[in-house]
Amino acid sequence: MTDLSVPASPPFRPSMLIYDRRYRSLTFQVIVFILVMALAWWLINNTIQNLAALGKDFDFGFLWSRAGYDIPQTPIPYSSDDTHLRAALVGLLNTLIVSILGCIAATFVGVVAGVARLSNNWLIARLMTVYVEAFRNVPLLLWILIVFAIFTEIMPAPNAFRGDNPSASMILFDNVALTNRYTAIPTLGMTNDPGSLDLGARITISWATLAFVVVLAAGWIARRMIATWAQQVQDRTGSRPTTWWASLAVMTVPSLLLIWYFGLHLIAPELRGFNFTGGLNVQNGLVALWLALTLYTGAFIAEIVRAGILAISRGQSEAAFALGLRPGRTMNLVILPQALRVIIPPLISQYLNLTKNSSLAIAVGYMDLKGTLGGTTLNQTGRELESIVLMMGVYLVLSLTISAGMNVFNARVKLKER
Amino acid sequence: MSDTHAQTVPFVRDTMLPPATPPAAQSGAVLWLRTNLFSGPVNTVLTLLGLAIVWFLVSHFWDWFAHSVWNAGSLSECRQIIAETWGEGARGACWAVIRERWNQYVYGFYPVELYWRPTMAFGLLFVALVPVLFSESIRIRRIVLGLTIVLTLWLMAALGAPAAWLAFAAVVLIGALAISERNVAWLLVFSILYPLMGVWFLWGGSAWGPVMVLVGPILGWLAWRLLGRLSGLVATVAALIVPLVWWIGFAGGAARDAENLVSLAIPAVASDRFGGFLLSITIGIAGIAMSLPLGIVLALARRSDMFLVKSLAVIFIEFIRGVPLIALLFVASLLLNYFLPPGTTFDIILRVIIMVTLFSAAYMAEVIRGGLAALPKGQYEAADSLGLDYWKAQRLIVLPQALKISIPGIVSTFIGMFKDTTLVTFVGLYDPLKSMSDAVRASTSWKGIYWEPYIFVGFIFFLICFGMSRYSMYLERRLARDHR
Repeated sequence: MTDLSVPASPPFRPSMLIYDRRYRSLTFQVIVFILVMALAWWLINNTIQNLAALGKDFDFGFLWSRAGYDIPQTPIPYSSDDTHLRAALVGLLNTLIVSILGCIAATFVGVVAGVARLSNNWLIARLMTVYVEAFRNVPLLLWILIVFAIFTEIMPAPNAFRGDNPSASMILFDNVALTNRYTAIPTLGMTNDPGSLDLGARITISWATLAFVVVLAAGWIARRMIATWAQQVQDRTGSRPTTWWASLAVMTVPSLLLIWYFGLHLIAPELRGFNFTGGLNVQNGLVALWLALTLYTGAFIAEIVRAGILAISRGQSEAAFALGLRPGRTMNLVILPQALRVIIPPLISQYLNLTKNSSLAIAVGYMDLKGTLGGTTLNQTGRELESIVLMMGVYLVLSLTISAGMNVFNARVKLKER
Repeated sequence: MSDTHAQTVPFVRDTMLPPATPPAAQSGAVLWLRTNLFSGPVNTVLTLLGLAIVWFLVSHFWDWFAHSVWNAGSLSECRQIIAETWGEGARGACWAVIRERWNQYVYGFYPVELYWRPTMAFGLLFVALVPVLFSESIRIRRIVLGLTIVLTLWLMAALGAPAAWLAFAAVVLIGALAISERNVAWLLVFSILYPLMGVWFLWGGSAWGPVMVLVGPILGWLAWRLLGRLSGLVATVAALIVPLVWWIGFAGGAARDAENLVSLAIPAVASDRFGGFLLSITIGIAGIAMSLPLGIVLALARRSDMFLVKSLAVIFIEFIRGVPLIALLFVASLLLNYFLPPGTTFDIILRVIIMVTLFSAAYMAEVIRGGLAALPKGQYEAADSLGLDYWKAQRLIVLPQALKISIPGIVSTFIGMFKDTTLVTFVGLYDPLKSMSDAVRASTSWKGIYWEPYIFVGFIFFLICFGMSRYSMYLERRLARDHR
């Protein structure tokens, strides 16, 4: 008879730590752990010694001291008497503003350019190829500087808009004035202002804004409910009720009512004295940064969209047509769900790139997080270690939040594998 | 019935008609225009829109380009020439600034009498690249090396290189051509030695430094051979530790002693003299050369079964990818001194190169991880079933295929990194884009010149980056093993 019993495992010998596959990975990890700990200890020890030699300490207390510098554009009230912490918060909000605006505009530009590059119109396809290649192969910094230079060098000074026969004129029905110092855009005014909600720390949100957010969210949910109801009717009876007007109504009518109730209207900027008042004077740094980020990231998104559409085989749309789906539904039900699967993951990293690239704001003097916390605050307080560590931490949290959020979205659209 | 019909027809054609030409609308340019530009109302509108854009661009910029001035000493002189030639109020480009500041854009503030050294280093770079980039086509190798030989020697002679160095470059270049004709793989030895050589040519100083660095691996190899008879493990550990001990403990002293004994020094150039494209290309090439291997290691670590190794890789990659490069550059310029033993100072360019390398290595790792994930599982299983150990399986089966899949991503990471070298301007280095153009504008004669420097620098970047992306397409075609 052959011996079927499991042979007794050999007794443990030290050499098995290296030659036995069961222990080798453990040995290796222990060595790596020791090395990493040693490296960390070495770095921290050096830092402590260096800080001691310079007479510095590691303390974030400076954040609560007076900042003493002005920020040209602040989304929340800020003056030079405020703390460094508030300056950093203003910087963070400025970063978020340019990032969000940039992401929205870049997606729009990218989708248009990506689809246009696949157009069977020869001229448009070529033009888009030139656009994409020109922007992808040249440093972003160059585009930021060029756009900024266009604003500062070519645009007229505010007082060129003065007089009966001015040398410069406003665009978009006298609503926007491009000057060499700022871009004057209209603001929203309300005849029936409901006041603001005070969040503390002099940060306020208008009740009107909150009302719009609530109404839009409710409209969105109502639209979803109508779609679910239509689906149920379709499942039961086989014919889908017409719902587009109801969806449109729940999405728009409450907002229109709110606009009427608050008396919402545009206040166009007007030239008074040397400057435009009434509207919002957006710093050219922000406009240039936003335009350059949009066009640069848009070129990358265009390639992603193009690749996503090309990745869907022709048979898919042909099959949908063969089933009798109309082009709109083919796009919605067949092409887009599949193309989005390909498009979303690289799109996430483009959004992340845009957010990180917004730190190039220092090239145009726009005070973002890098400009406040990592710039003026750092130089004034001399606390390089704390400022940069904090700044990197904030960027890290920002990036991880964006990628987590988009990953959730990605998990919803991706192929459900069984 | 049919007879009546046949008899009533008065004429039956008995020869074929000559074939008619197709209608004008169905052939040639008209057909092309109709299918490609005016196939429907939407397309017609788009075409008109496109024409409007082209017209807008041409009408705004044509005059400016057409009125280019290449010879002038200052912006005002440029404007005067334009006004004289094309009338008052004409606009024109003043490329004379590029002509006058060409050396500054290319070499930064490198000593003029030593311009030949970066030029030689750049020429020899192609010798080092040839066995890596063009190993399969002898025709392309001949073209590249031929051009390199002619241009490098001509430029070196024009820049006043000493005869001995001219001879050295000639021997190396022509020798490389001869070797490339026999067996291009031998040139890889030169590729391995090149980084040390390049550093020496660029920064100068004593040749004993690079030589002593090189001694480290040689000592390690010797230790491995000698101890290999005792135990494989001891030999491997010794091969890793001996070079480290040599570099940290002895290399510096040995280099000084050797220099005192036999001087092999050439004039040293400090890092703050670097600038312009010399700086961009130095940082770019160093970053590219180091980030690929580091990226491969990180990608493998992230896919490792070992929990600790995997977590460290994830933490490193996600940290680097979550932080802007500018922040890392500021770490390099402001914080690195805190992390090193008191009194250590090391070169700002080296610090920047380290940060740029780490930054692009994290991205590279993600690209390669994608390639590893895209490889069918059967390949891994086949490697296991052949009894290959981990490293052999990676080296012989997995990585060649995974890297091939990830070529487009790898090259776009390279392109991104090369473009990002312009950000060194924010830590006070003279990149060609911002700092150099600011420096040009700071002089009284070129005050107020914006577009020409930007367009020139952008054009050079475009050429290099576009060239890289075209090379990656060539490489993909060359390495394609399916659908032959």
